[in-house]
Amino acid sequence: MSTINNPGLSVLQEIEPLLPTNTANIKDRIVSSIYQQAESVSAQVVRSKNSQYTGLEARLDNILTSRWLGFPIMLLLLTLILWITITGANYPSQLLATGLFWLEEQLTALFLAVNAPVWLSGLLIQGMYRSLAWVVSVMLPPMAIFFPLFTLLEDLGYLPRVAFNMDKLFRRAGAHGKQCLTMCMGFGCNAAGVISCRIIDSPRERLIAILTNTFSICNGRFPTLIALSTIFMGTLVSQAYSSVLATLAVVAIIMTGIATTLLVSSLLSRTLFRGMPSFFVLELPPFRRPQLGQILIRSLLDRTLFVLWRAVVIAAPAGALTWILANSFVGGTSVFALIVGWLNPLGQLMGMDGIILIAFLLGLPANEIVLPILIMGYISAGSMLELDSLNALRILLLDHGWTWITALCVMLFSLLHFPCGTTLYTIFKETRSARWTLLSALLPLLLGIVVTLLINQGAQIIMR
Amino acid sequence: MPHTLSLADIPIGASVRIAEILTPGNNRRRLLDLGLVPGARVEIIRRSPSGNPTAYLIKGAVIALRNENAAQIMVDTN
Repeated sequence: MSTINNPGLSVLQEIEPLLPTNTANIKDRIVSSIYQQAESVSAQVVRSKNSQYTGLEARLDNILTSRWLGFPIMLLLLTLILWITITGANYPSQLLATGLFWLEEQLTALFLAVNAPVWLSGLLIQGMYRSLAWVVSVMLPPMAIFFPLFTLLEDLGYLPRVAFNMDKLFRRAGAHGKQCLTMCMGFGCNAAGVISCRIIDSPRERLIAILTNTFSICNGRFPTLIALSTIFMGTLVSQAYSSVLATLAVVAIIMTGIATTLLVSSLLSRTLFRGMPSFFVLELPPFRRPQLGQILIRSLLDRTLFVLWRAVVIAAPAGALTWILANSFVGGTSVFALIVGWLNPLGQLMGMDGIILIAFLLGLPANEIVLPILIMGYISAGSMLELDSLNALRILLLDHGWTWITALCVMLFSLLHFPCGTTLYTIFKETRSARWTLLSALLPLLLGIVVTLLINQGAQIIMR
Repeated sequence: MPHTLSLADIPIGASVRIAEILTPGNNRRRLLDLGLVPGARVEIIRRSPSGNPTAYLIKGAVIALRNENAAQIMVDTN
């Protein structure tokens, strides 16, 4: 008998020896009779035409969870959503960038006209404004397309079907079936994903889910991946197929993330958290007709603007900090260049460079600003140019020695590095343990270093 | 007469009556709360693409259980 603090139950316990059968049986009978009562009441007062699971519902599930089509459909939907996002975001992104950088010129002219000191216009315009402009123009369009599409799938009731299809993999990894749902939540935001791990009641499986949530590519990282993949993977083939290849590259990174989730979960459940997978109940709710107005409002206000605001709030000071680091000098070299110099050897080994690594470090508060810091790093390190489109970004990166291998390593490192500051703080709050929080940062970071090292060294050998 | 068939042994499409739940502790409560009570009718609806878990129709709701959990729920086939 488990611990009991219910007076009714303690009475049951007292009379247990007096009864021919055990108390579990009595509790069963009590619940059964409550159900019988409830059923007879509902039969009298509730009339419904199709309360049973039949017709369209069953036919949809036949397709969505079918043995042969279940997995292809999941992959196809994921690809379709990303493809719509990538193709759809291109034009508005350019438009926004053109507008915002036109405004930058006007601001610079204004500062010149009032004879503002050079450091002030540098800090405010080249530091803060420019990183803000980048965050908005690179991130807003993909988010405004991706979030409503994802919310649509959520609203339709498709996500539990994904968990139903994928559960066997999680079971094999010794993880809880609901980890599939917390993983999906992580695609929106890892901090939210970590909080959602509360739905898993077994502490062992909950920790596994928390520690692996960062392997879900979050929305702060999607725009970076989409931009880099459009620029580098897209140009490997002719124009007609470029957005398809760019999409597939992002899908491949997401799949790598899911594979890593399963692999690391399996590793953890066989080493640090040994034990049996616990009990798992999953409801497959009825499909619902999506409420388009609600979806738009919820995804645009609650998610898009929320994430954008977070990015803006963090990007502005980070942009200023980057500008200060790039413009304070020690013995003729800027502090930024000094740190870049230290990080460069490691970066080169990992197929990247010092500026990329410092961008990830300064991007700790939020993954959204890694790309803007990277751009500012390159600009302040040398050539000054107007970045008004993805093409200009491509030229800037090529000028700094990027190849598709660099892009691949950055994309993989974006998947495999420490979670953002907000997520780390959330992990600490959820686990109440500095040790687990530290592990949640070091585990993916170590993986990222090893993976990019191997990929880069492997590529160097093959290309030689 | 002891029950020899569990929910995990029943083919898709069949409908059975719950006889006895062997799951202990909190999980037993969870099952009871879902309506898996002795005497309740359950229909086996579908298996996931990889054969595990399996979805059941319980009092109008579709609930999926892993097969090792379903094996602790004994049923009558009539």
